[in-house]
Amino acid sequence: MSTPERYDAIVIGGGHNGLVNAGYLGKAGLKTLLLERRHLVGGAAITEELVPGYKFTTFSYAISLMRPDIVQDLELVKHGMMVLPLINTFQPGLNGEYVFLGADADANYHEIARHSIEDAEASRDLDHLISRLCRALKPWMDRIPPNALSADPAEVAALAELRDYMASLDPEVRGLMEKFVNRSAAEILDEYFENDLVKALYASSGIIGSRVGPRSKESGLVWLFHKMGDYDGVPGQWGFHKGGNGGFTQVLARAVEGFGGTIQTNAGVSRVLYEDGRATGVELQDGTTLSADLVVSALDPRQTFTRLVDPDDLPQDLVQHITEYKFQGTAAKVNFALSAVPTFPGLEGREDLYMGFTNLGPSIDYLEEAFADCEAGRFSRRPFLDCCVQSTLDPDMSPPGKHIMSCFVMYAPYHLAESDWDTERENLGDTVQATLEEFFPGFGDLVLHREIVTPLDIENLVGLSEGNIFAGELFESQLFLNRPAPGWNQYRTPIAGYYQCGSGTHPGGCVTGGPGMLAARQILGDRAG
Amino acid sequence: MPRTTPFQSRLEPLNQTGIWKHWSGYLVAPQYQYSLNAEYYAIRNSVALLDTSPLFKYRFTGADARALLERAMARDIGDCPVGRAQYTCWCDARGYVLQDGVVMQVADGEYWLTAAEPALHYFRVLAREMGCAHVEVEDISSAFGILALQGPHAHSVLLQLTDAATPLKYFGVTSATVAGCEVTVARTGYTGDLGYELWINAADALTVWDALMMAGKGYNITPMGTTALKMARVEAGLLLMGADFHTSRFAWVDAQRETPNELGWGWMFRKLAQDGRDFVGRAAIATELEQGTSRWTTVGLAVDWHDYERAFVEAGILPPRHELYSESTMSIYRRGAKEWDYAGYASSFLSSSLLRKPIALAKLPLDLSVPGSEVDLEISVIRKPKNVLARVERMPFFNPPRKTALMSGSAE
Repeated sequence: MSTPERYDAIVIGGGHNGLVNAGYLGKAGLKTLLLERRHLVGGAAITEELVPGYKFTTFSYAISLMRPDIVQDLELVKHGMMVLPLINTFQPGLNGEYVFLGADADANYHEIARHSIEDAEASRDLDHLISRLCRALKPWMDRIPPNALSADPAEVAALAELRDYMASLDPEVRGLMEKFVNRSAAEILDEYFENDLVKALYASSGIIGSRVGPRSKESGLVWLFHKMGDYDGVPGQWGFHKGGNGGFTQVLARAVEGFGGTIQTNAGVSRVLYEDGRATGVELQDGTTLSADLVVSALDPRQTFTRLVDPDDLPQDLVQHITEYKFQGTAAKVNFALSAVPTFPGLEGREDLYMGFTNLGPSIDYLEEAFADCEAGRFSRRPFLDCCVQSTLDPDMSPPGKHIMSCFVMYAPYHLAESDWDTERENLGDTVQATLEEFFPGFGDLVLHREIVTPLDIENLVGLSEGNIFAGELFESQLFLNRPAPGWNQYRTPIAGYYQCGSGTHPGGCVTGGPGMLAARQILGDRAG
Repeated sequence: MPRTTPFQSRLEPLNQTGIWKHWSGYLVAPQYQYSLNAEYYAIRNSVALLDTSPLFKYRFTGADARALLERAMARDIGDCPVGRAQYTCWCDARGYVLQDGVVMQVADGEYWLTAAEPALHYFRVLAREMGCAHVEVEDISSAFGILALQGPHAHSVLLQLTDAATPLKYFGVTSATVAGCEVTVARTGYTGDLGYELWINAADALTVWDALMMAGKGYNITPMGTTALKMARVEAGLLLMGADFHTSRFAWVDAQRETPNELGWGWMFRKLAQDGRDFVGRAAIATELEQGTSRWTTVGLAVDWHDYERAFVEAGILPPRHELYSESTMSIYRRGAKEWDYAGYASSFLSSSLLRKPIALAKLPLDLSVPGSEVDLEISVIRKPKNVLARVERMPFFNPPRKTALMSGSAE
């Protein structure tokens, strides 16, 4: 066997954070190798042509929180980044009512006023206040969080800075922050709105990807998290990358290569090699070893700390935290190739309904019932669906005149009480389709192809433990100072030269790229001494 | 009452905003839908359809047509054979720009020209002064409607209706039959993207509009208003009369005038020393080029993203970015010890959603015109002037290969 090439840095995992990290390391002049287990990079952000001409966003399907610095620093525009506006939001009810919001604030006012004139005004207040809060928090999204357990004066000072900063916030803004931390989405919504359809429209952000119902306390923070991004400078708005999120990770891959990095696919890593508490390289699943003084795991915390290395070599309090760290994936995807866009009774022929998110979850009770099934260990019999007919935005997603529809499905618990996912796969697909049929009569006749992605598929294909789409729940106990564990929230690990940069680190999942960027900042800072 | 273009009965129901404005006395939609960005992205991601019929259109025929244009146009009309179009400008005797436009030779000795402002009288007077007896200049503005079909799928759409446009190179022109109607197709546009402009007999306007909309359905064809067009043209580095320059014709003083070289069109005179052309303004332009007396250089400016963010974040607000397009003058200063050291101005500004940075078209003195040169651009942050770092960047800002790529395929 020939002597393998030596790299300065090896990044494990070609998800978007691994790519971002490799991009930064390459840009800093490090000879960087990115290893991806699958045949394509992107992790959970991939686009696959499962049927000729139809491009499925298998998992992740929209973008908003991608850190703006990354776009500039890695010159992503040059490599083809193009995020299309998700211009409309459609929230249908089951009795012919609906809320349809677009790009014009005044038109939106009148649309909500059809349901409640006070809610129409209150939504403006709430949106503005959330935007102010997000602006206040953003600087902390883009910096390495303080280490709350460290006695290092710099860390102590950073913690004090954080406390002072929060204390200095406008009381109204701080008050909202406290609500998001301490209250459920439903409680906050009750304070602002009276109409259930309007509440449900907002509540969907509070449950996405998380094992919480709108009345669970943790839903407040999940909601806030989903508003932390922007589309083209509009806070809280989402976009659709040309070619899906797989199109975006292909852009990242070009950027990595543009900065001199090497990407190797079909190269699963079995373990990280280290001697005397120092990383020395990796061993691939085929037995090949590659050496490097710097190894970065873009995998989730469970894999980073308990699979790639021997947990017995780590401090037991860290291992304890990682063992208790909650994954508990509850989301699935069912994607469709369609012969035409669905029809909503009363709004026939309106393709614009689907140029954005379509939320099927018309009331807080509906969402709570869906969650109750999850708590009982089964997938929701009437699930919440977050849909988008992406071909109405990007014609290259499907053949002319045909469509592709992404449906994010809640709830689908990773652990089923009385069955298993291989048995339930088609049942899940049928249930989702039946729900779509309820809202859009005739939906089934449009289906040309159906792709079902269970939480188990997410775990097996992407490697995200228990199929958690954020690489761990977005709960206060697992964010910021605590992501993935107190004292280990600064991208380092107990093994020198071994770092973590996945969504299980700050700021978290949702295609932010922040972990990849901040880990690179930490790594390069450590190397500079 | 404003006039309407031959497409109006189709445009009317498509305009969801109900907002109309006037363009050369015609009713046009600045945008059709609430989301301006959706229209903008149709140009870059799918295909957009725009009615540009309000442009003034002139036909030059007769044995002296070419001679007249040779005299009138600052760019060599000899470089515009049959089946080609050319971007050109015409100047006054002192070498100041009167107008820019696109001229095409549609048949041997027959030229069609678009202009933003009336110019029929101007060309006829010029012909008389030259003693050109055998040229007819006609205003054919109402005889034709013009549709611009722009975007990566422009060819896919057109190909369903005709394959005549497929062999066209950038700035090529051909006649074609679309939905049974005779049209003239030019591979031109004002977006810097793949695109075509169709000259359609007014009587056929609705038939062709319907055919294009039908053929474009599978490609998300989107009616586009004039604002999205203007946003795209900034990325393409294309100047707009009335914003980036003004006609010399109605200027009061030379400070309001620009020469072609000052507008970045010096390339039109590359062969000036050899070609011996006797066009209006030649002597002045030759002197200007020889002596280097141009007062400005037109450049592209890219605002430093971090500095732009900082200016607003420091003030406690979010940087305005979404659908931000402006034609108001912004001052530019030299960076250095001296504060507010005036250097030039930006005349078009766009916060480019695609390029993820604010960009501008600007006039700077020669010494600041090299790509990479750094200047301060004055913006307003909560009603106070602030300077942000901007760098001279080579234009076009956005220049996809598809704009000039050869197309292939055959009609279905």
